[in-house]
Amino acid sequence: MGADLRNPKLWIFGLCLLPLGRLVFLAGSGGLGANPIEFITRSTGTWTLVGLMLTLSITPLRRLSGRAGLVRYRRMLGLFAFFYASLHFMTYLWLDQFFDPAAIARDIVKRPFITMGFAAFVLLIPLAATSTSAMMRRLGRNWQRLHRLIYPIALLGVAHYLWLVKKDLTEPLIYGGVLILLLAMRLPWGARALKEVRNRWVAAKY
Amino acid sequence: MLIRPSSDILPSEITPPEVYRDRRRFMQGMGALAAGVVLGGVSEARAGVKLADVRASAYALADDPTPYKDVTTYNNFYEFGTGKGDPAKHAGSLKTRPWTIAVEGEVLRPQTWDVDALLKLAPLEERVYRMRCVEGWSMVIPWVGFSLSELIRRAEPTGKAKYVEFVTLNDPRQMPGLRSRVLDWPYTEGLRIDEAMHPLTLLAVGLYGEVLPNQNGAPVRLVVPWKYGFKSAKSIVKIRFVEKQPTSSWMAAAPREYGFYSNVNPQVDHPRWSQAKERRIGEFRKRDTLMFNGYAEQVAPLYRGMDLKKFF
Repeated sequence: MGADLRNPKLWIFGLCLLPLGRLVFLAGSGGLGANPIEFITRSTGTWTLVGLMLTLSITPLRRLSGRAGLVRYRRMLGLFAFFYASLHFMTYLWLDQFFDPAAIARDIVKRPFITMGFAAFVLLIPLAATSTSAMMRRLGRNWQRLHRLIYPIALLGVAHYLWLVKKDLTEPLIYGGVLILLLAMRLPWGARALKEVRNRWVAAKY
Repeated sequence: MLIRPSSDILPSEITPPEVYRDRRRFMQGMGALAAGVVLGGVSEARAGVKLADVRASAYALADDPTPYKDVTTYNNFYEFGTGKGDPAKHAGSLKTRPWTIAVEGEVLRPQTWDVDALLKLAPLEERVYRMRCVEGWSMVIPWVGFSLSELIRRAEPTGKAKYVEFVTLNDPRQMPGLRSRVLDWPYTEGLRIDEAMHPLTLLAVGLYGEVLPNQNGAPVRLVVPWKYGFKSAKSIVKIRFVEKQPTSSWMAAAPREYGFYSNVNPQVDHPRWSQAKERRIGEFRKRDTLMFNGYAEQVAPLYRGMDLKKFF
Protein backbone atom coordinates (compact mmCIF):
# COMPACT_ATOMS: atom_id res chain seq x y z
CA MET A 1 0.00 0.00 0.00
CA GLY A 2 1.59 3.22 -1.08
CA ALA A 3 0.78 5.56 1.73
CA ASP A 4 1.91 8.97 0.59
CA LEU A 5 3.57 10.80 3.45
CA ARG A 6 2.84 14.09 1.72
CA ASN A 7 -0.88 13.47 2.03
CA PRO A 8 -2.14 15.76 4.81
CA LYS A 9 -4.93 13.29 5.56
CA LEU A 10 -2.37 10.89 6.94
CA TRP A 11 -0.99 13.55 9.25
CA ILE A 12 -4.41 14.66 10.40
CA PHE A 13 -5.31 11.03 11.10
CA GLY A 14 -2.18 10.63 13.20
CA LEU A 15 -2.80 13.88 15.08
CA CYS A 16 -6.38 12.89 15.84
CA LEU A 17 -5.13 9.66 17.41
CA LEU A 18 -2.75 11.50 19.75
CA PRO A 19 -5.32 12.14 22.54
CA LEU A 20 -6.12 8.42 22.61
CA GLY A 21 -2.42 7.56 22.53
CA ARG A 22 -1.85 9.87 25.47
CA LEU A 23 -4.60 8.18 27.48
CA VAL A 24 -3.18 4.74 26.72
CA PHE A 25 0.30 5.90 27.67
CA LEU A 26 -0.87 7.52 30.91
CA ALA A 27 -2.92 4.44 31.80
CA GLY A 28 0.12 2.25 31.27
CA SER A 29 2.41 4.45 33.32
CA GLY A 30 -0.03 5.12 36.17
CA GLY A 31 -0.36 8.77 35.19
CA LEU A 32 -4.15 9.07 35.21
CA GLY A 33 -4.13 10.40 38.79
CA ALA A 34 -6.25 9.56 41.81
CA ASN A 35 -9.49 9.26 39.85
CA PRO A 36 -8.61 7.62 36.51
CA ILE A 37 -12.21 7.11 35.40
CA GLU A 38 -13.00 10.79 35.85
CA PHE A 39 -9.80 11.62 33.93
CA ILE A 40 -10.78 9.38 31.00
CA THR A 41 -14.35 10.70 30.97
CA ARG A 42 -13.21 14.33 30.93
CA SER A 43 -10.51 13.74 28.36
CA THR A 44 -12.72 11.90 25.85
CA GLY A 45 -15.45 14.52 26.36
CA THR A 46 -12.99 17.35 25.79
CA TRP A 47 -11.70 15.81 22.56
CA THR A 48 -15.23 15.24 21.30
CA LEU A 49 -15.89 18.96 21.69
CA VAL A 50 -12.57 19.85 20.08
CA GLY A 51 -13.40 17.50 17.19
CA LEU A 52 -16.79 19.15 16.71
CA MET A 53 -15.25 22.64 16.77
CA LEU A 54 -12.57 21.64 14.25
CA THR A 55 -15.22 20.16 11.96
CA LEU A 56 -17.22 23.37 12.19
CA SER A 57 -14.15 25.51 11.51
CA ILE A 58 -13.62 24.10 8.01
CA THR A 59 -16.31 26.22 6.35
CA PRO A 60 -15.11 29.55 7.83
CA LEU A 61 -11.51 28.59 7.02
CA ARG A 62 -12.48 27.88 3.43
CA ARG A 63 -14.12 31.27 3.11
CA LEU A 64 -11.20 32.97 4.76
CA SER A 65 -8.48 31.26 2.77
CA GLY A 66 -10.34 30.74 -0.50
CA ARG A 67 -9.12 27.14 -0.47
CA ALA A 68 -12.19 25.10 -1.27
CA GLY A 69 -10.13 21.90 -1.05
CA LEU A 70 -10.12 22.06 2.74
CA VAL A 71 -13.50 20.35 2.68
CA ARG A 72 -11.64 17.09 1.99
CA TYR A 73 -10.55 16.94 5.62
CA ARG A 74 -13.94 17.64 7.14
CA ARG A 75 -15.25 14.08 7.06
CA MET A 76 -12.24 12.74 8.92
CA LEU A 77 -12.52 15.41 11.62
CA GLY A 78 -16.22 14.73 12.02
CA LEU A 79 -15.62 11.01 12.31
CA PHE A 80 -12.98 11.60 14.96
CA ALA A 81 -15.46 13.68 16.93
CA PHE A 82 -17.79 10.69 16.71
CA PHE A 83 -14.96 8.32 17.68
CA TYR A 84 -14.19 10.27 20.88
CA ALA A 85 -17.90 10.68 21.60
CA SER A 86 -18.25 6.88 21.39
CA LEU A 87 -15.32 6.41 23.78
CA HIS A 88 -16.87 9.00 26.09
CA PHE A 89 -20.24 7.23 26.00
CA MET A 90 -18.63 3.81 26.53
CA THR A 91 -16.69 5.16 29.51
CA TYR A 92 -19.97 6.30 31.00
CA LEU A 93 -21.80 3.02 30.25
CA TRP A 94 -19.06 0.73 31.39
CA LEU A 95 -16.69 2.41 33.84
CA ASP A 96 -19.20 4.77 35.41
CA GLN A 97 -22.44 2.79 35.41
CA PHE A 98 -21.26 -0.79 34.80
CA PHE A 99 -24.04 -1.36 32.26
CA ASP A 100 -26.72 -1.02 34.92
CA PRO A 101 -29.73 -0.41 32.60
CA ALA A 102 -32.01 0.90 35.36
CA ALA A 103 -29.44 3.40 36.63
CA ILE A 104 -28.61 4.54 33.09
CA ALA A 105 -32.26 5.00 32.12
CA ARG A 106 -32.90 6.96 35.31
CA ASP A 107 -29.84 9.12 34.65
CA ILE A 108 -30.86 9.92 31.09
CA VAL A 109 -34.38 10.91 32.11
CA LYS A 110 -33.57 12.70 35.37
CA ARG A 111 -30.27 14.48 34.79
CA PRO A 112 -30.48 17.28 32.25
CA PHE A 113 -26.76 17.22 31.54
CA ILE A 114 -26.84 13.47 30.82
CA THR A 115 -29.99 13.95 28.72
CA MET A 116 -28.25 16.56 26.58
CA GLY A 117 -25.05 14.59 26.21
CA PHE A 118 -27.00 11.48 25.31
CA ALA A 119 -29.14 13.35 22.78
CA ALA A 120 -26.01 14.80 21.16
CA PHE A 121 -24.49 11.34 20.88
CA VAL A 122 -27.63 9.78 19.42
CA LEU A 123 -27.86 12.57 16.83
CA LEU A 124 -24.25 11.98 15.84
CA ILE A 125 -24.94 8.36 14.88
CA PRO A 126 -26.87 9.05 11.62
CA LEU A 127 -24.23 11.58 10.63
CA ALA A 128 -21.45 9.03 11.06
CA ALA A 129 -23.53 6.38 9.29
CA THR A 130 -24.12 8.61 6.27
CA SER A 131 -20.57 9.89 5.98
CA THR A 132 -19.56 7.63 3.10
CA SER A 133 -19.41 8.96 -0.48
CA ALA A 134 -22.03 6.41 -1.54
CA MET A 135 -24.43 7.72 1.08
CA MET A 136 -23.73 11.29 0.03
CA ARG A 137 -24.68 10.42 -3.53
CA ARG A 138 -27.75 8.48 -2.47
CA LEU A 139 -29.11 11.20 -0.22
CA GLY A 140 -28.38 14.03 -2.60
CA ARG A 141 -29.70 17.33 -1.30
CA ASN A 142 -31.03 15.65 1.82
CA TRP A 143 -27.50 14.79 2.86
CA GLN A 144 -26.68 18.40 3.53
CA ARG A 145 -29.96 18.93 5.32
CA LEU A 146 -29.29 15.94 7.55
CA HIS A 147 -25.75 17.04 8.32
CA ARG A 148 -26.91 20.43 9.51
CA LEU A 149 -27.67 18.47 12.67
CA ILE A 150 -24.09 19.22 13.66
CA TYR A 151 -25.24 22.68 14.83
CA PRO A 152 -27.69 21.43 17.48
CA ILE A 153 -25.26 18.62 18.33
CA ALA A 154 -22.46 21.05 19.11
CA LEU A 155 -24.83 23.27 21.10
CA LEU A 156 -26.02 20.26 23.09
CA GLY A 157 -22.41 19.23 23.68
CA VAL A 158 -21.47 22.62 25.12
CA ALA A 159 -24.67 22.76 27.21
CA HIS A 160 -23.86 19.27 28.52
CA TYR A 161 -20.48 20.54 29.69
CA LEU A 162 -21.84 23.81 31.10
CA TRP A 163 -24.47 21.99 33.09
CA LEU A 164 -22.21 19.41 34.70
CA VAL A 165 -19.43 21.55 36.17
CA LYS A 166 -19.80 22.30 39.84
CA LYS A 167 -18.91 25.95 39.84
CA ASP A 168 -16.03 27.06 37.63
CA LEU A 169 -17.64 27.77 34.25
CA THR A 170 -14.46 29.07 32.61
CA GLU A 171 -13.74 26.09 30.37
CA PRO A 172 -17.26 25.38 29.13
CA LEU A 173 -17.70 29.11 28.46
CA ILE A 174 -14.57 29.09 26.30
CA TYR A 175 -16.07 26.28 24.22
CA GLY A 176 -19.36 28.17 24.12
CA GLY A 177 -17.59 31.32 22.90
CA VAL A 178 -15.74 29.47 20.16
CA LEU A 179 -18.95 27.73 19.06
CA ILE A 180 -20.90 31.00 18.92
CA LEU A 181 -18.12 32.52 16.84
CA LEU A 182 -18.08 29.54 14.47
CA LEU A 183 -21.85 29.66 14.09
CA ALA A 184 -21.93 33.45 13.67
CA MET A 185 -19.51 33.18 10.75
CA ARG A 186 -22.22 31.22 8.94
CA LEU A 187 -24.86 33.93 9.29
CA PRO A 188 -25.15 36.47 6.44
CA TRP A 189 -23.32 39.24 8.29
CA GLY A 190 -20.72 36.81 9.58
CA ALA A 191 -20.06 35.54 6.09
CA ARG A 192 -19.84 39.15 4.86
CA ALA A 193 -17.32 39.94 7.58
CA LEU A 194 -15.23 36.95 6.55
CA LYS A 195 -15.33 38.08 2.95
CA GLU A 196 -14.27 41.56 4.00
CA VAL A 197 -11.31 40.19 5.94
CA ARG A 198 -10.33 38.06 2.98
CA ASN A 199 -10.55 40.97 0.51
CA ARG A 200 -8.30 43.14 2.64
CA TRP A 201 -5.91 40.29 3.11
CA VAL A 202 -5.70 39.62 -0.63
CA ALA A 203 -5.37 43.34 -1.37
CA ALA A 204 -2.50 43.61 1.10
CA LYS A 205 -0.75 40.69 -0.50
CA TYR A 206 -0.60 42.19 -4.01
CA MET B 1 25.56 -13.48 22.65
CA LEU B 2 24.57 -14.80 26.02
CA ILE B 3 21.78 -12.88 27.64
CA ARG B 4 22.04 -13.22 31.37
CA PRO B 5 19.54 -11.99 33.87
CA SER B 6 20.97 -8.91 35.46
CA SER B 7 21.98 -10.00 38.95
CA ASP B 8 23.63 -6.80 40.03
CA ILE B 9 20.70 -5.90 42.22
CA LEU B 10 18.65 -8.49 43.97
CA PRO B 11 14.98 -7.68 44.31
CA SER B 12 15.40 -7.96 48.07
CA GLU B 13 18.03 -5.26 47.98
CA ILE B 14 15.74 -2.71 46.40
CA THR B 15 14.52 -0.34 49.04
CA PRO B 16 10.80 -0.81 49.53
CA PRO B 17 8.91 2.41 48.81
CA GLU B 18 7.73 2.82 52.40
CA VAL B 19 11.25 2.68 53.71
CA TYR B 20 12.46 4.95 50.95
CA ARG B 21 9.77 7.42 51.83
CA ASP B 22 10.62 7.17 55.50
CA ARG B 23 14.24 7.87 54.72
CA ARG B 24 13.22 10.97 52.83
CA ARG B 25 11.05 11.94 55.74
CA PHE B 26 13.97 11.39 58.06
CA MET B 27 16.18 13.61 55.95
CA GLN B 28 13.44 16.23 55.80
CA GLY B 29 13.09 15.94 59.53
CA MET B 30 16.82 16.47 59.98
CA GLY B 31 16.61 19.48 57.69
CA ALA B 32 13.73 20.80 59.71
CA LEU B 33 15.65 20.24 62.90
CA ALA B 34 18.65 22.10 61.48
CA ALA B 35 16.41 24.95 60.35
CA GLY B 36 14.88 25.00 63.82
CA VAL B 37 18.31 25.33 65.39
CA VAL B 38 19.29 28.09 62.98
CA LEU B 39 16.08 30.00 63.58
CA GLY B 40 16.56 29.71 67.29
CA GLY B 41 14.19 26.93 68.21
CA VAL B 42 11.24 27.96 66.10
CA SER B 43 9.05 24.87 65.87
CA GLU B 44 9.05 23.47 62.40
CA ALA B 45 5.62 22.74 61.06
CA ARG B 46 6.13 21.63 57.51
CA ALA B 47 4.10 18.90 55.88
CA GLY B 48 5.74 15.52 56.28
CA VAL B 49 7.08 16.22 59.75
CA LYS B 50 5.92 13.60 62.20
CA LEU B 51 3.55 14.81 64.94
CA ALA B 52 4.61 13.77 68.43
CA ASP B 53 2.41 11.98 70.98
CA VAL B 54 -0.48 11.03 68.74
CA ARG B 55 -2.84 8.66 70.52
CA ALA B 56 -5.01 6.06 68.91
CA SER B 57 -8.72 6.73 69.22
CA ALA B 58 -11.95 4.79 69.16
CA TYR B 59 -12.83 6.47 65.87
CA ALA B 60 -10.73 4.25 63.67
CA LEU B 61 -12.43 2.84 60.62
CA ALA B 62 -11.25 -0.65 59.66
CA ASP B 63 -11.23 0.22 55.92
CA ASP B 64 -7.90 0.65 54.16
CA PRO B 65 -6.93 4.30 54.13
CA THR B 66 -6.68 6.02 50.75
CA PRO B 67 -3.00 6.23 49.71
CA TYR B 68 -1.14 9.29 50.98
CA LYS B 69 -0.35 10.37 47.44
CA ASP B 70 -4.03 10.47 46.44
CA VAL B 71 -5.08 12.24 49.65
CA THR B 72 -2.51 14.95 49.00
CA THR B 73 -2.81 15.40 45.22
CA TYR B 74 -6.55 15.14 44.57
CA ASN B 75 -8.08 18.06 46.43
CA ASN B 76 -10.81 20.65 46.26
CA PHE B 77 -9.38 23.85 47.70
CA TYR B 78 -10.54 26.64 45.40
CA GLU B 79 -8.26 29.19 47.07
CA PHE B 80 -5.51 27.51 45.06
CA GLY B 81 -7.47 26.85 41.86
CA THR B 82 -10.47 24.80 40.81
CA GLY B 83 -8.59 21.83 39.32
CA LYS B 84 -8.08 18.80 41.55
CA GLY B 85 -4.31 19.02 41.10
CA ASP B 86 -4.12 22.81 41.63
CA PRO B 87 -3.90 22.80 45.45
CA ALA B 88 -0.92 20.42 45.48
CA LYS B 89 0.75 22.56 42.81
CA HIS B 90 0.08 26.01 44.24
CA ALA B 91 -0.32 25.65 48.01
CA GLY B 92 3.41 25.96 48.59
CA SER B 93 2.91 29.73 48.82
CA LEU B 94 0.76 29.38 51.94
CA LYS B 95 2.63 30.38 55.10
CA THR B 96 1.32 28.45 58.07
CA ARG B 97 3.54 30.14 60.69
CA PRO B 98 2.93 32.49 62.36
CA TRP B 99 -0.81 31.72 62.32
CA THR B 100 -3.59 32.75 64.62
CA ILE B 101 -7.18 31.66 65.00
CA ALA B 102 -9.60 34.18 66.45
CA VAL B 103 -12.38 32.72 68.59
CA GLU B 104 -15.05 35.38 68.96
CA GLY B 105 -18.72 36.30 68.99
CA GLU B 106 -21.19 34.94 71.52
CA VAL B 107 -18.62 33.59 73.98
CA LEU B 108 -17.59 34.60 77.47
CA ARG B 109 -13.93 34.09 76.72
CA PRO B 110 -13.00 35.35 73.27
CA GLN B 111 -9.41 34.60 72.49
CA THR B 112 -6.92 34.71 69.64
CA TRP B 113 -5.06 31.43 69.62
CA ASP B 114 -1.60 31.00 68.29
CA VAL B 115 -1.68 27.80 66.30
CA ASP B 116 1.19 26.26 68.28
CA ALA B 117 -0.67 26.88 71.52
CA LEU B 118 -3.82 25.43 69.96
CA LEU B 119 -1.91 22.28 69.07
CA LYS B 120 -1.25 21.71 72.78
CA LEU B 121 -4.81 22.43 73.88
CA ALA B 122 -5.77 18.76 73.96
CA PRO B 123 -4.06 15.43 73.29
CA LEU B 124 -3.77 14.68 69.58
CA GLU B 125 -5.68 11.63 68.38
CA GLU B 126 -5.62 9.70 65.16
CA ARG B 127 -9.07 9.31 63.64
CA VAL B 128 -9.69 7.33 60.49
CA TYR B 129 -12.77 8.84 58.87
CA ARG B 130 -14.65 8.43 55.63
CA MET B 131 -14.67 11.57 53.51
CA ARG B 132 -17.45 11.93 50.95
CA CYS B 133 -17.25 14.74 48.41
CA VAL B 134 -20.49 16.21 47.08
CA GLU B 135 -19.15 15.43 43.59
CA GLY B 136 -19.55 11.69 44.16
CA TRP B 137 -16.12 10.43 45.18
CA SER B 138 -14.81 9.45 48.57
CA MET B 139 -11.68 8.65 50.55
CA VAL B 140 -10.68 7.14 53.88
CA ILE B 141 -8.32 9.49 55.69
CA PRO B 142 -6.35 9.03 58.92
CA TRP B 143 -6.62 12.51 60.40
CA VAL B 144 -4.80 13.81 63.46
CA GLY B 145 -6.47 16.31 65.77
CA PHE B 146 -8.92 16.61 68.61
CA SER B 147 -12.63 17.22 69.04
CA LEU B 148 -13.67 20.79 68.28
CA SER B 149 -15.67 20.61 71.51
CA GLU B 150 -12.38 20.93 73.44
CA LEU B 151 -11.94 24.40 72.02
CA ILE B 152 -15.61 25.35 72.28
CA ARG B 153 -15.80 24.43 75.97
CA ARG B 154 -12.84 26.68 76.74
CA ALA B 155 -14.49 29.59 74.92
CA GLU B 156 -17.66 29.25 77.06
CA PRO B 157 -20.41 30.03 74.55
CA THR B 158 -23.29 32.16 75.79
CA GLY B 159 -26.93 31.17 75.52
CA LYS B 160 -27.13 33.12 72.27
CA ALA B 161 -24.51 30.96 70.57
CA LYS B 162 -26.77 28.85 68.34
CA TYR B 163 -24.39 28.46 65.42
CA VAL B 164 -20.67 28.45 64.76
CA GLU B 165 -19.13 30.09 61.72
CA PHE B 166 -15.73 29.13 60.30
CA VAL B 167 -13.72 31.49 58.14
CA THR B 168 -10.77 30.54 55.92
CA LEU B 169 -7.75 32.75 55.30
CA ASN B 170 -8.37 35.35 52.57
CA ASP B 171 -4.96 36.48 51.33
CA PRO B 172 -4.53 36.63 47.55
CA ARG B 173 -0.75 36.88 47.90
CA GLN B 174 -0.66 33.44 49.45
CA MET B 175 -3.70 31.99 47.69
CA PRO B 176 -3.66 32.61 43.94
CA GLY B 177 -7.14 31.13 43.45
CA LEU B 178 -8.70 34.05 45.33
CA ARG B 179 -8.21 36.24 42.26
CA SER B 180 -10.97 34.29 40.56
CA ARG B 181 -14.49 35.23 41.65
CA VAL B 182 -15.64 31.64 41.57
CA LEU B 183 -16.94 31.91 45.18
CA ASP B 184 -17.59 34.77 47.60
CA TRP B 185 -14.37 35.04 49.59
CA PRO B 186 -13.45 34.50 52.32
CA TYR B 187 -14.61 30.90 52.29
CA THR B 188 -17.17 30.59 55.04
CA GLU B 189 -18.80 27.53 56.52
CA GLY B 190 -21.08 26.92 59.47
CA LEU B 191 -22.44 24.33 61.87
CA ARG B 192 -25.24 24.27 64.38
CA ILE B 193 -23.76 24.43 67.88
CA ASP B 194 -24.78 20.84 68.70
CA GLU B 195 -23.14 19.64 65.47
CA ALA B 196 -20.01 21.58 66.37
CA MET B 197 -20.01 20.07 69.87
CA HIS B 198 -20.46 16.52 68.59
CA PRO B 199 -17.44 14.36 69.52
CA LEU B 200 -16.99 13.29 65.88
CA THR B 201 -16.43 16.88 64.77
CA LEU B 202 -12.68 17.19 64.52
CA LEU B 203 -10.26 20.07 64.51
CA ALA B 204 -7.54 18.48 62.39
CA VAL B 205 -3.88 19.47 62.32
CA GLY B 206 -2.41 16.46 60.58
CA LEU B 207 -2.92 13.36 58.49
CA TYR B 208 -1.03 10.09 58.29
CA GLY B 209 0.59 11.00 61.62
CA GLU B 210 2.24 14.05 60.10
CA VAL B 211 1.75 17.81 59.93
CA LEU B 212 -1.15 18.65 57.60
CA PRO B 213 0.06 19.41 54.07
CA ASN B 214 -0.93 22.91 52.90
CA GLN B 215 -3.20 21.54 50.15
CA ASN B 216 -5.21 19.68 52.78
CA GLY B 217 -6.00 22.82 54.77
CA ALA B 218 -2.95 23.52 56.94
CA PRO B 219 -2.36 24.50 59.62
CA VAL B 220 -5.79 23.75 61.07
CA ARG B 221 -9.04 22.63 59.50
CA LEU B 222 -12.39 21.24 60.35
CA VAL B 223 -13.43 17.64 59.61
CA VAL B 224 -17.13 16.83 59.83
CA PRO B 225 -17.25 13.25 58.53
CA TRP B 226 -21.03 12.89 58.15
CA LYS B 227 -21.31 15.96 55.91
CA TYR B 228 -20.10 16.55 52.36
CA GLY B 229 -16.45 17.51 52.21
CA PHE B 230 -16.97 21.20 51.51
CA LYS B 231 -18.45 21.68 54.99
CA SER B 232 -15.03 20.93 56.47
CA ALA B 233 -13.47 24.40 56.23
CA LYS B 234 -9.70 24.54 55.65
CA SER B 235 -6.92 26.88 56.81
CA ILE B 236 -9.18 28.44 59.43
CA VAL B 237 -8.43 31.94 60.79
CA LYS B 238 -11.70 32.67 62.57
CA ILE B 239 -14.29 30.75 64.57
CA ARG B 240 -17.30 32.89 65.37
CA PHE B 241 -20.26 32.02 67.59
CA VAL B 242 -23.48 33.54 66.33
CA GLU B 243 -27.20 33.53 67.00
CA LYS B 244 -28.46 33.34 63.41
CA GLN B 245 -27.71 30.61 60.91
CA PRO B 246 -24.69 31.76 58.89
CA THR B 247 -24.70 31.71 55.09
CA SER B 248 -21.87 29.57 53.79
CA SER B 249 -19.97 30.38 50.61
CA TRP B 250 -21.58 27.46 48.79
CA MET B 251 -25.08 28.44 49.92
CA ALA B 252 -24.46 31.92 48.56
CA ALA B 253 -23.08 30.55 45.31
CA ALA B 254 -25.93 28.12 44.56
CA PRO B 255 -28.72 28.13 47.16
CA ARG B 256 -30.74 25.53 45.27
CA GLU B 257 -27.85 23.09 45.23
CA TYR B 258 -26.08 23.53 48.56
CA GLY B 259 -27.95 23.82 51.81
CA PHE B 260 -26.71 24.72 55.27
CA TYR B 261 -26.79 21.12 56.53
CA SER B 262 -25.32 19.26 53.55
CA ASN B 263 -25.44 15.95 55.37
CA VAL B 264 -24.36 12.98 53.29
CA ASN B 265 -27.66 11.44 52.22
CA PRO B 266 -28.03 8.88 49.42
CA GLN B 267 -31.78 9.64 49.23
CA VAL B 268 -31.45 13.36 48.59
CA ASP B 269 -29.87 13.99 45.20
CA HIS B 270 -27.92 17.02 44.16
CA PRO B 271 -30.25 18.79 41.70
CA ARG B 272 -27.93 17.86 38.86
CA TRP B 273 -26.60 14.45 39.85
CA SER B 274 -27.39 11.43 42.00
CA GLN B 275 -25.90 10.98 45.46
CA ALA B 276 -26.88 7.30 45.74
CA LYS B 277 -23.41 6.01 44.91
CA GLU B 278 -19.82 7.09 45.17
CA ARG B 279 -16.49 6.12 43.74
CA ARG B 280 -13.97 5.53 46.48
CA ILE B 281 -10.62 6.71 45.19
CA GLY B 282 -8.56 3.67 44.30
CA GLU B 283 -11.57 1.43 43.68
CA PHE B 284 -12.96 0.46 40.31
CA ARG B 285 -16.64 -0.11 40.98
CA LYS B 286 -18.84 2.42 42.68
CA ARG B 287 -20.15 1.66 46.14
CA ASP B 288 -23.42 2.65 47.76
CA THR B 289 -23.32 5.89 49.70
CA LEU B 290 -24.29 5.39 53.33
CA MET B 291 -26.75 7.52 55.28
CA PHE B 292 -24.79 10.23 57.11
CA ASN B 293 -21.74 8.71 55.41
CA GLY B 294 -21.98 5.70 57.72
CA TYR B 295 -22.19 7.74 60.93
CA ALA B 296 -25.97 7.51 61.32
CA GLU B 297 -25.72 5.71 64.66
CA GLN B 298 -23.80 8.62 66.14
CA VAL B 299 -25.43 11.63 64.48
CA ALA B 300 -28.97 10.73 63.39
CA PRO B 301 -30.39 11.90 66.77
CA LEU B 302 -29.20 15.44 65.94
CA TYR B 303 -31.76 15.60 63.15
CA ARG B 304 -34.70 13.79 64.69
CA GLY B 305 -37.97 15.10 63.36
CA MET B 306 -36.36 17.16 60.62
CA ASP B 307 -37.34 16.79 56.97
CA LEU B 308 -33.92 16.14 55.47
CA LYS B 309 -35.20 16.81 51.95
CA LYS B 310 -36.13 20.30 53.05
CA PHE B 311 -33.09 20.87 55.23
CA PHE B 312 -30.60 19.52 52.72
